[in-house]
Amino acid sequence: MSTPLLQVKNLSTSFNVDSGEVRAVNGISFNLDKGKVLGIVGESGSGKSVTAYSIMRILVEPGKITGGQILFNGQDIVQFSKKQMREFRGKRISIIFQDPMTSLNPVYTIGNQLRECILLHTDRNREQANARALEMLQLVGVNEPEKRLKQYPHELSGGMRQRVMIAMALACEPDILIADEPTTALDVTIQAQILELMQELQKKLGMAIIMITHDLGVIADMCDEIIVMYAGRVCERGTADEIFYNPRHEYTKGLLRSIPRLDTNHARLIPIAGSPVDLTNMPKGCAFASRCDQCMKICLESLPEELQINDSHIASCWMNVKQVYMEAEKEGAV
Amino acid sequence: MSSEYLLEVKDLKQHFPIRSGWFSTTPLKAVDGVSFAIKPGETLGLVGESGCGKTTVGRTILHLYKPTSGEIIYNGTQITPQNIKNYRQEMQIVFQDPYSSLNPRMTVADIVGEPLDIHHLYSSKKERADRITELLNLVGLNSDHARRYAHEFSGGQRQRIGIARALAVQPKFIVCDEPVSALDVSIQAQVINTFEDLQKKLGIAYLFIAHDLLVVQHISQRIAVMYLGRIVEIADADEIIAHPMHPYTQSLISAIPIPDPETARRKKRIPLEGDVPSPLRMPSGCAFRTRCRFATEKCAQECPSLNAVDGNHAIACWNPHY
Repeated sequence: MSTPLLQVKNLSTSFNVDSGEVRAVNGISFNLDKGKVLGIVGESGSGKSVTAYSIMRILVEPGKITGGQILFNGQDIVQFSKKQMREFRGKRISIIFQDPMTSLNPVYTIGNQLRECILLHTDRNREQANARALEMLQLVGVNEPEKRLKQYPHELSGGMRQRVMIAMALACEPDILIADEPTTALDVTIQAQILELMQELQKKLGMAIIMITHDLGVIADMCDEIIVMYAGRVCERGTADEIFYNPRHEYTKGLLRSIPRLDTNHARLIPIAGSPVDLTNMPKGCAFASRCDQCMKICLESLPEELQINDSHIASCWMNVKQVYMEAEKEGAV
Repeated sequence: MSSEYLLEVKDLKQHFPIRSGWFSTTPLKAVDGVSFAIKPGETLGLVGESGCGKTTVGRTILHLYKPTSGEIIYNGTQITPQNIKNYRQEMQIVFQDPYSSLNPRMTVADIVGEPLDIHHLYSSKKERADRITELLNLVGLNSDHARRYAHEFSGGQRQRIGIARALAVQPKFIVCDEPVSALDVSIQAQVINTFEDLQKKLGIAYLFIAHDLLVVQHISQRIAVMYLGRIVEIADADEIIAHPMHPYTQSLISAIPIPDPETARRKKRIPLEGDVPSPLRMPSGCAFRTRCRFATEKCAQECPSLNAVDGNHAIACWNPHY
C-alpha cells in the first residue's frame, strides 16, 4: 500500500483563554489519499475549521498545536519553520474560506492579488504571471476575465468572489485544496455552480480536497470519505455510503434523523436534545454522552475507543463495543 | 364580510428610493406586485435567494415599512398606517438573528414581558410573572431562565426567547423571517418542532420565510417562490417539490444538495448561468429571462402574471414546462 498524501496523527490544538484551556481539536487522526475528496462534518465548535487551520498552520494566537503530527508526503509540517511554511502554503496545500467578502484584500485589484501568489511560488516573470492569472480566471468560469483582473473585490458578486478565491488557491496547482465552508455564504443556485466547478477541477487537476461543512447535503454530494467530528474528536470515519447508510455513532445517527428530507410524508423531525458541550469543561467520558439517548454508565466514565467496523469504517462509540460483546456472548452460549 | 382567509396580500409593492444623482432618485423595486393569501392555522413558505425581496414582504405586511402600494387585508379589514396599532396584537414577527434581536441589557422576563406591558395584558404583578413563566414553558424554557440575560443563552435558546416574545400577545399570525438559518443542524430540528407544536396547540398561521428549501418544504403546507420582487410560482408544498413548473423553481429545486449519497449521484442539476441582475437595473419583461433556458422574445417584452394552471398551482411564465 502506498503512503497517503496527508497523514494526520493524533493532532491536538488548544486555545489558552482566561477561562482555561479550550481543546478545540483533541487527538484526531486521519489519512488523505491523492485525488480523493474527504469531508469533515460537524456543528459549530466541533473543531473542523481549527483542524484546517492547524494543517495550514494559520492558527491565530492563542491557538497552538499541542501535540501530534501532520505528515505531508512523510514530512512533518508541524516542525516546519515559518520560512518553510511560507513556501509550502499555497504551493502544496491551499485553502479557501467561507466568506469570500472578507478574504480578499479590498485595496488591491483581483489581478494584483492573483499575481502575488503566482510570483511568490513559481519562477514566472510578471508577464507570464499575468497570463497565468487570466488563464485561472477562465478556468473557474469568470466571465470577461480581462476586465475582472483590473477590478476590485467590491465590484464582484459573492459567487464571483468565491470563484476568484478558488482561482487563487489553484493558481500554483496545489496537491491538496482545503475548502472551509466554501458555499455557506452563497445562495443555493450559486452554491450548485461552485460545487460543480470544484468537482470538475478536481477531476481535471487530480488534486485532493478536504471539504469542511456543516451541510450534510454538500457532503453527500461531494465526498468519497467522511469524518464526523464532535467536540474536537472524531466520532466516526468512513466512506460516504457507510456513514449515511450504516452510521455507527449515536451522534451521526442523531444528525441524520434531525435533518428534513425532500419527501412528502412530513414526518416529525427527531432533534438531538440539549446543546453542544462547553469545551473548557469537558466531561471525563464521551463528550456526547449528556445528549445521547443510549447513554450507558461506561459512557460517562471513560472515552470510547476507536473500533474498526469494517475495512472502510471506524467509529468511537461504546454502543458498538456493547454489540460486539453481546454477539460474542450469544455465540459463546450456543 | 368574512372570507376563508386570515390574511390577504394584494398586489403589494415596496419601492425604496435610492439616490442616483444630486437631486434624482431611482426606485429599488424590492417587492413589485406580490399577491397571496393565508388561511387560519396554515403555513405558507416563502423561498427565494438573497435580494429577492422575501424579507421585505414579511416586514411590509407588518407595516414595519410603509408599503408603496397594494392592499394588506387582515380578517376582512384593510390594514393602514392608522389602524395597524390595533393589529399588532394579532400579527407578530420572529427575526433571523437571535443574537441581535434581543436587547442585551434586558432580562428574559423583561423581554418577554414587554409586549404584555405595552398592551396592558395583566392586572397584577403576579399575573405578569405567571404569564411569563407560562410563555417560557410553552417554548421549552423554564422560569429559572427568566432572570437571566440574553447572552447567557445558546443560539437555539435565544430563538426560543424570540418566539416567546412573539407569542406574548397571543397572535393569530406570525412572520417567521429565517428563524432557523443561524442555528446548527441539531438545534434547527428542535426549533422547527417547537414551531409545529405551537401551531397545533394555538392554531397560529405562519409566513415562513427561508432560503433552505428542505426546511421550508418540511414545515409548510404551501410554498411561494420569489425571484426579484415577484412570486414566480405558488403551489402546495408537495406538489411544487414533485412537479415544479417555472424554470427558476426547477433549477432551484435541482440545486438543493440532498443529504443522501445515492440520490446525489443520480441527480441531474439544471444549472443557472450567471448572477441575479441588480434590482436597480431590472431586465425588461420577465425578470428571470436573462438566466432562463427557455427565454423567447415575448419574455423580453411583457412580464407574465401569476396564473393558475390547475387547482392551487399558479405560475408566472410564458413558456411553462410541465
